[in-house]
Amino acid sequence: MAYEKVNELNLKDTELCLGLPGRTEEIKEEQEVSCVKSNNKRQFEDTREEEESTPPTKTQIVGWPPVRSSRKNNNSVSYVKVSMDGAPYLRKIDLKTYKNYPELLKALENMFKVTIGEYCEREGYKGSGFVPTYEDKDGDWMLVGDVPWDMFSSSCKRLRIMKGSDAPALDSSL
Amino acid sequence: MNYFPDEVIEHVFDFVTSHKDRNAISLVCKSWYKIERFSRQKVFIGNCYAINPERLLRRFPCLKSLTLKGKPHFADFNLVPHEWGGFVLPWIEALARSRVGLEELRLKRMVVTDESLELLSRSFVNFKSLVLVSCEGFTTDGLASIAANCRHLRDLDLQENEIDDHRGQWLSCFPDTCTTLVTLNFACLEGETNLVALERLVARSPNLKSLKLNRAVPLDALARLMACAPQIVDLGVGSYENDPDSESYMKLKAAIKKCTSLRSLSGFLEAAPHCLSAFHPICHNLTSLNLSYAAEIHGSHLIKLIQHCKKLQRLWILDSIGDKGLEVVASTCKELQELRVFPSDLLGGGNTAVTEEGLVAISAGCPKLHSILYFCQQMTNAALVTVAKNCPNFIRFRLCILEPNKPDHVTSQPLDEGFGAIVKACKSLRRLSHSGLLTDQVFLYIGMYANQLEMLSIAFAGDTDKGMLYVLNGCKKMKKLEIRDSPFGDTALLADVSKYETMRSLWMSSCEVTLSGCKRLAQKAPWLNVEIINENDNNRMEENGHEGRQKVDKMYLYRTVVGTRMDAPPFVWIL
Repeated sequence: MAYEKVNELNLKDTELCLGLPGRTEEIKEEQEVSCVKSNNKRQFEDTREEEESTPPTKTQIVGWPPVRSSRKNNNSVSYVKVSMDGAPYLRKIDLKTYKNYPELLKALENMFKVTIGEYCEREGYKGSGFVPTYEDKDGDWMLVGDVPWDMFSSSCKRLRIMKGSDAPALDSSL
Repeated sequence: MNYFPDEVIEHVFDFVTSHKDRNAISLVCKSWYKIERFSRQKVFIGNCYAINPERLLRRFPCLKSLTLKGKPHFADFNLVPHEWGGFVLPWIEALARSRVGLEELRLKRMVVTDESLELLSRSFVNFKSLVLVSCEGFTTDGLASIAANCRHLRDLDLQENEIDDHRGQWLSCFPDTCTTLVTLNFACLEGETNLVALERLVARSPNLKSLKLNRAVPLDALARLMACAPQIVDLGVGSYENDPDSESYMKLKAAIKKCTSLRSLSGFLEAAPHCLSAFHPICHNLTSLNLSYAAEIHGSHLIKLIQHCKKLQRLWILDSIGDKGLEVVASTCKELQELRVFPSDLLGGGNTAVTEEGLVAISAGCPKLHSILYFCQQMTNAALVTVAKNCPNFIRFRLCILEPNKPDHVTSQPLDEGFGAIVKACKSLRRLSHSGLLTDQVFLYIGMYANQLEMLSIAFAGDTDKGMLYVLNGCKKMKKLEIRDSPFGDTALLADVSKYETMRSLWMSSCEVTLSGCKRLAQKAPWLNVEIINENDNNRMEENGHEGRQKVDKMYLYRTVVGTRMDAPPFVWIL
């Protein structure tokens, strides 16, 4: 709570340092928030909310940062291989085309003609016989659904749909 | 003036190759002008609208090599609409009509069509070298014509173009008799590649020195290609994902060991980092490494690779290398001359990336550094002052702090003093891009100290017209000035109209210049093309009266000897 009050003070204090003549309100707001952000990075730890609120404004500036579009596309690697136990060949999907887990799971179900079912924190995907797993940046195999979608889509390297009988460890730990 | 016969002078001129020097020679006297123009084989045209092909050919009838640049630099960042201009077809048509013996064509930011490529391929018997950088408008069908018709093709170099890939068989259009290839770069093609045709082509090209593959070329094909071309000097790897125990990986390792001439490595467009160790045996020979498209290579695999590259002169990398990684570069790559650090996380919160610490480490460890492009999260004046002290030899200094208007993150001051230190220390500085919070003061420093500056990129900087005036008055060698989102207006624009005669071009977007200001400039300077690019509302711009005070969204002006261009689209208004 105390942090918020200090934040408000900061907002007013920064009016001088970043204002430019004839700029739009939008950009002024962004400057104020970003000044708060840069102060917070040094003083406070739970700034995640502040940081997450700035990116939308950042991406509204056309042509900024000055990087060619070919580099922008390359740097968000989103095509991942999908294997399913028993299937003769792998598929590839573009994670960027999905906004959340239900969309992804539905697409996988359509692609491999199986039912995966719904995610449940306690028991994973019980009852369906198929368990979606993924390999993350560290090379570990994880259950799809545990972490927020954005975190998943940026760390997922490949997907593997395991047959229920091949994934005893997941069930037995519950 | 002439103590020697013309042939002798001409022979002496043969040793003068730089464009600047040849231009200077031609100004000495009429006789030298005449000798020079008939012996000139290579011409560089920095703005395709400054001159037309007819006049070019009248002056240089023995032209063999032509370099043309089209769109302004900010087109790279989507600030220039696609249909703005820069069409190469009229040039190729004129060159074909004149029957000049064209051998080389290098184009940058131009619109190239399949029709132009077809015409090019059929019109010049000795055509050898085609280099296309950041061009668009053509497909693989155009490449097929080049492959099929250019009997002596030496270089086909496609860098970062937008090419419509028809997944055709352009590679198999090279006839079996084509054995002259030295450069083959198709890394920017998105579609599938006929691997069989590619392997056959490489196998029959003993002079092939530079090969850059697209992402459709997998690891096992790479192994076979490298086995056919152990003489390779410059390699761009396509896909690089495989099981390190597989047979193809073993074959690749064996092939790499034989490539003792390999000096430049790039690509890794889809890469599994653990396979990098296959390249370790040749790393000690590498002078150039470009991993800026290899999003999946970072961390310890990247560090291990770099630690083997002691002779590196050029490094292009993503900021996922981090400050710690840059410290490794600083302690390993003592020959480093050029560094580019690109941003990797454009959508997220930016918690990785590099800071001023990485930059300082590099400046301290690499005494030969003269060119840098550095995207970072934050910067301080102190760091820039240190960098200036460590590296007074910068020729190109481009720093982009990802957040516009960000001040010194320690003192909250503008970064004027830091950049001031850079321009003061680096007496050979020719190109500068700055960022962060900047007032008019930084421009005072630039005008005062940056005597050799030829290109300046300004974004979200400055307070008043004084800023721009400092630059226009001070930088005598300014050629290209590009400004966006900065509060410079008509006063600065109109202060010294004759200045624009010494410059190639000026770009101003989202600034304070008005329509009437631009009109007045166009009136005062008929040898300038003053273009207003207005995509939003075609009609409003044409009204007179108080509308003249409205601000112009994008203005691009350039000197020209051939007047208004006839190919401008409706949203471009040439005053």
